[in-house]
Amino acid sequence: MLSVLNGLNSLTLASLEVGHHFYWQLGNLKVHGQVFLTSWFVIGLLVVASLLATRNIQRIPSGIQNFMEYALEFIRDLAKNQLGEKDYRPWVPFIGTLFLFIFVSNWSGALIPWKLLRLPEGELAAPTNDINTTVALALLTSLAYFYAGFSKRGLGYFKKYIEPTPILLPIAILEDFTKPLSLSFRLFGNILADELVVAVLVLLVPLFVPLPVMALGLFTSAIQALVFATLAAAYIHEAMEGHGGEEHEDHSH
Amino acid sequence: MDPLVSAASVIAAALAIGLAAIGPGIGQGNAAGQAVEGIARQPEAEGKIRGTLLLTLAFMESLTIYGLVIALVLLFANPFA
Repeated sequence: MLSVLNGLNSLTLASLEVGHHFYWQLGNLKVHGQVFLTSWFVIGLLVVASLLATRNIQRIPSGIQNFMEYALEFIRDLAKNQLGEKDYRPWVPFIGTLFLFIFVSNWSGALIPWKLLRLPEGELAAPTNDINTTVALALLTSLAYFYAGFSKRGLGYFKKYIEPTPILLPIAILEDFTKPLSLSFRLFGNILADELVVAVLVLLVPLFVPLPVMALGLFTSAIQALVFATLAAAYIHEAMEGHGGEEHEDHSH
Repeated sequence: MDPLVSAASVIAAALAIGLAAIGPGIGQGNAAGQAVEGIARQPEAEGKIRGTLLLTLAFMESLTIYGLVIALVLLFANPFA
């Protein structure tokens, strides 16, 4: 099946390779080189943008400083909506990093013509279309909400497993596994699906027709970055507050 | 790859994505309908309703995406091949 798809693709600009990687051997580890390259590119882009924005801070922001302040305000509002006025501040860096990294990764996969660069094997694409990246991000989220729960409530954090009734204990434990699973699969599936749909359309009609689908892809990848960040914030909030919803009402607006 | 396994995998992939699209389709239709109703009743709340709707649509869509992930695994990284 795979060979047929790739054989057809060798004629066109956008080749489509799922499960082919550009392997690097680091000691005993075999890593996916193309993901590293694009991740470093994304990280570099973010670092350069931050440095440029903070290099010459003006009282009245303009240009890139204005833009980055807008991004910061957006992230702060997102965190504030989920975590509440009282304790959102320490989590802004984490949630902001998640959002910005995922957002820039997703868009870089769609906007930057990676296909012009040839690798010996595999191809450059958004780093988030590799399941390893998304699983790493999701596990970081898990660690973050465990840490949030422990630091806020100490050992009382474990009470949430038996809170309404101990009968639900297995489901409560299962939840800790399904959270990172669903987070990672959602992001991975969405980004991979976007790129696959675009690649298949490019295969059928190489010019102009894929453009609306690419625009839709940009939209969904932005939404997915937002969803990932929102869910991470919601999980952290849930770990800090328990399942009680009475305080949730206050900061839903 | 064994032709029987390939045939079964292709059918399973088609079923995975097709069946997984039913539920979220119904759910998204419901949510969009209710949102439109809400906007018609209260046009000033449109921004808030649209934001919430987009977020919830993404959640529902992720159910189909799980089916898609299964389909992609069957097609490109088949564990039985």
